[in-house]
Amino acid sequence: MGAGSTVHKATPLSRRTARWFDARLGAASFARKALDKVFPDHWSFLLGELALWSLIIVLATGVYLTFFFDASTEEVVYQGSYVPLQGVEMTKAYASALDLSFDVRAGLMMRQIHHWAANVYLATTVVHLMRIYFTGAFRRPRELNWLIGVAMLILSIVNGFVGYSLLDDQLSGTGLRIAYNIAISVPVGGTWLASLFFGGDFPGPDLIERLFVIHILLLPAVIVALVGAHLALVARQRHTQFPGPGRSERNVVGERVWPTFAAKGLAVFLLTTAILSALGGLAQINPVWLYGPYRPAEVSSASQPDWYMGWLDGALRLWPGWEIRAFGFELPTPFYPSVLLPGVTFTLLALWPFLEARFTKDRREHNLLDRPRSRPLRTAFGMSTLAFYTVLFFAGASDVLAATFQTSVNGLFRTFRILLLVAPPVAGFVTYRLCREMVRRDRPGASAEATAVAPAAPDDGAARRREVAPEDAPEHDPASTAGVARR
Amino acid sequence: MKSATRLLLLVPVVLGLGAALVVAVSTGATAAAAPEGDDELGYVVDLEDLDDPGNVAAGEALFRLGCVSCHGPGGVGTPTGPSLVNAGAASAHFYLTTGRMPHHGSPQEQAARKPPVYSPEEIEDLVAYVASLGDGLPIPEVDLGTGHLQEGGDLYRAHCAACHSAAGAGGALSFGQNAPSLEEATPVQIYEAMLIGPGQMPAFGAFTEEEINSIVAYIGELQRLNDPGGMSLGRLGPIPEGFVAIVIGTGGAILAAFLVGRRVHDADEAGQEPTSDREAGR
Ligand code: HEC
Ligand code: HEC
Ligand code: HEM
Repeated sequence: MGAGSTVHKATPLSRRTARWFDARLGAASFARKALDKVFPDHWSFLLGELALWSLIIVLATGVYLTFFFDASTEEVVYQGSYVPLQGVEMTKAYASALDLSFDVRAGLMMRQIHHWAANVYLATTVVHLMRIYFTGAFRRPRELNWLIGVAMLILSIVNGFVGYSLLDDQLSGTGLRIAYNIAISVPVGGTWLASLFFGGDFPGPDLIERLFVIHILLLPAVIVALVGAHLALVARQRHTQFPGPGRSERNVVGERVWPTFAAKGLAVFLLTTAILSALGGLAQINPVWLYGPYRPAEVSSASQPDWYMGWLDGALRLWPGWEIRAFGFELPTPFYPSVLLPGVTFTLLALWPFLEARFTKDRREHNLLDRPRSRPLRTAFGMSTLAFYTVLFFAGASDVLAATFQTSVNGLFRTFRILLLVAPPVAGFVTYRLCREMVRRDRPGASAEATAVAPAAPDDGAARRREVAPEDAPEHDPASTAGVARR
Repeated sequence: MKSATRLLLLVPVVLGLGAALVVAVSTGATAAAAPEGDDELGYVVDLEDLDDPGNVAAGEALFRLGCVSCHGPGGVGTPTGPSLVNAGAASAHFYLTTGRMPHHGSPQEQAARKPPVYSPEEIEDLVAYVASLGDGLPIPEVDLGTGHLQEGGDLYRAHCAACHSAAGAGGALSFGQNAPSLEEATPVQIYEAMLIGPGQMPAFGAFTEEEINSIVAYIGELQRLNDPGGMSLGRLGPIPEGFVAIVIGTGGAILAAFLVGRRVHDADEAGQEPTSDREAGR
């Protein structure tokens, strides 16, 4: 092969191909830079990746499902191979979901992986959010990425709900009816909003088609674009890192993308895929054939939303039945738990970086992370917020909990109402004390400000200059896959 | 490169362990209920023998021992147990074969299904005795042949799913009561439950025989149906699904990230990072 080559002895084809492209695109320097990028090596920085990989699995399986799903409310008589529903009238949407489950090769497997992956995607996103929050990674200059994150979270929750509402089985219809009632509970624009989203009264004839476009095109496109922006910002602003020897506000110490970090990413991707496939193949999720076609007059017990909406369901259950008239508008009961609560939740979440900056008067740039214990107030507030939503989440499961553990639902409601008021302050207080105690033990006599391992306080100008030294080291050190990079 | 190779080697190991774990868990969860010999409909007793005076007398003796304390002499009722005068064979048969009677605890407490206390002969005697007290409904004759599976499904979802859940897994009612899972109910018990309406359940006496048989057939199908998707998770819907997604799915993924993220870190610190094989990496 290399007989006539003028370059050295034999040049592998791959390298020649690479050179061909490089001569035309000049990609090598970009690729070299990208591959040499330094990524800090704390395992918690892989949490965002977990969300990314699950999202990719969601998208891949979703594409397969769209080949077979028929988003139509046209009535048909089911003729597929699931015997208990043969001859039953249903919409094409539900019939095609049954076909996917029983008559399409690997259809059930794909449906299940898609659903499990969606649930895991949202859970890993929330865990990633907690990592960002508790380490203070959202502080300047990363407020923008935090906002993008919140937007992705909200859109993903909505897309998940729309997704399992498409199938037009009894459970999804029940969820949609609740969503419809919530929409019309919004004062002033509510009815208009509902008819826009639902295409007239519920259940309208265009509903499924409309939801389908939202679910497979509109929201995924926006989410994917946001993910791109999110990652571009991480690359551009460079990753934060925990304080440690040789690490400063102005460098990044860690591993180069190639080969170490890439191998890690691949390993995490493969493992995530393995877990999701195992769940999809071995654990049943959303068995729509058991739920039957949607009939507006019917309802089944144990009708719950998926977990990421569970806290809203819990709030709806715990909220006392108040109807308040104010300023000539009637605010129906669902308004508070289902409109006001998520509105306040996501507004506060989005504004958090700015609220905290105002509260602490700290508007400096931060590339070094906090250990959660060194910010006891923030950590305590985070834990008490988590406690609040966890109680709501369990309240959403109350009827299944009551039936499973043979207790009274009414008793559970009472318990959860009390817990909702008691658990957050207790969790906050305990966390605060624990943080203070841990800091005290880390370094007797040190202030909460300093972290245990950092050799220099961030404000110490002289120390900072000393630590910047690694910048002068060659950025590309061929002797090592580990690296130090300047920001 | 070496640490990266080591990482990649870790992948199949963890995959294998994970798969083995899930298989182990799922095979344990699919133990099916064994059929009860040739009495597939679950009669337990011999319907012909219920008028036998010898049985009625034997039943009265058993009743004096185990039932009078609550239902009173002759089954007239007391503050702790309702009158059985017109309860009939269907009711007695349902309550005894589902193990609900004899009741334990306070009268407000729901009588739960449990293994029957009495032998089939004793149940036959007690049913004969309760039936002799007045005129109640006889034990119905189930005829699955007249039932229609799909119609049964429609009726079931319209009339029973609100309490027992579409999948038949049961559900909570208010004040500590619950609609039980229909996993274990026999065809006769299902038929009887619809006739008598035990506890908080309404009676569905207005249904035709054909409709009742259809519902019985559908519930039988729910019981037999295996779960094509794998582990059933109790067929309890999004709540257990959410717990599995969070604990196993997300927990597993976090563990994976932790193990992968940890390894190289340790290798770095131990100074095992290989040198100068960058050319190979390019
Ligand atoms: C500890 C008190 C107690 C004992 C002992 C007891 N029962 Fe009952 N029984 C009750 C109560 C309370 C109910 C109503 C429960 C319900 O409807 O769920 C009931 C209901 C019944 C019914 C249904 C009545 C109807 O209206 O259809 C029958 C039949 C019955 N019992 C038979 C018996 C027989 C036979 C025995 C003896 C083996 C027995 N019970 C022992 C308390 C008792
Ligand atoms: C209002 C709620 C409600 C509805 C509707 C309802 N049930 Fe029930 N069902 C119950 C309750 C509560 C019990 C337990 C009774 C007791 O306390 O002994 C029960 C018990 C049963 C049992 C006995 C289960 C066992 O294993 O012991 C069967 C069978 C049954 N129901 C079938 C049906 C069928 C079939 C329908 C529809 C035609 C139906 N139920 C509708 C509430 C309901
Ligand atoms: C919706 C899916 C999401 C995906 C796929 C995703 C993905 C990622 C990835 C891969 C990283 C780099 C690795 C890491 O730091 O963990 C990252 C960083 C970041 N994410 Fe996300 N993320 C998502 C949601 C969110 C949410 C909900 C928030 C917060 C509200 C958020 C805020 C941030 C911030 C501030 C950074 C920079 C962190 C740093 O440099 O330390 N992200 N994200």
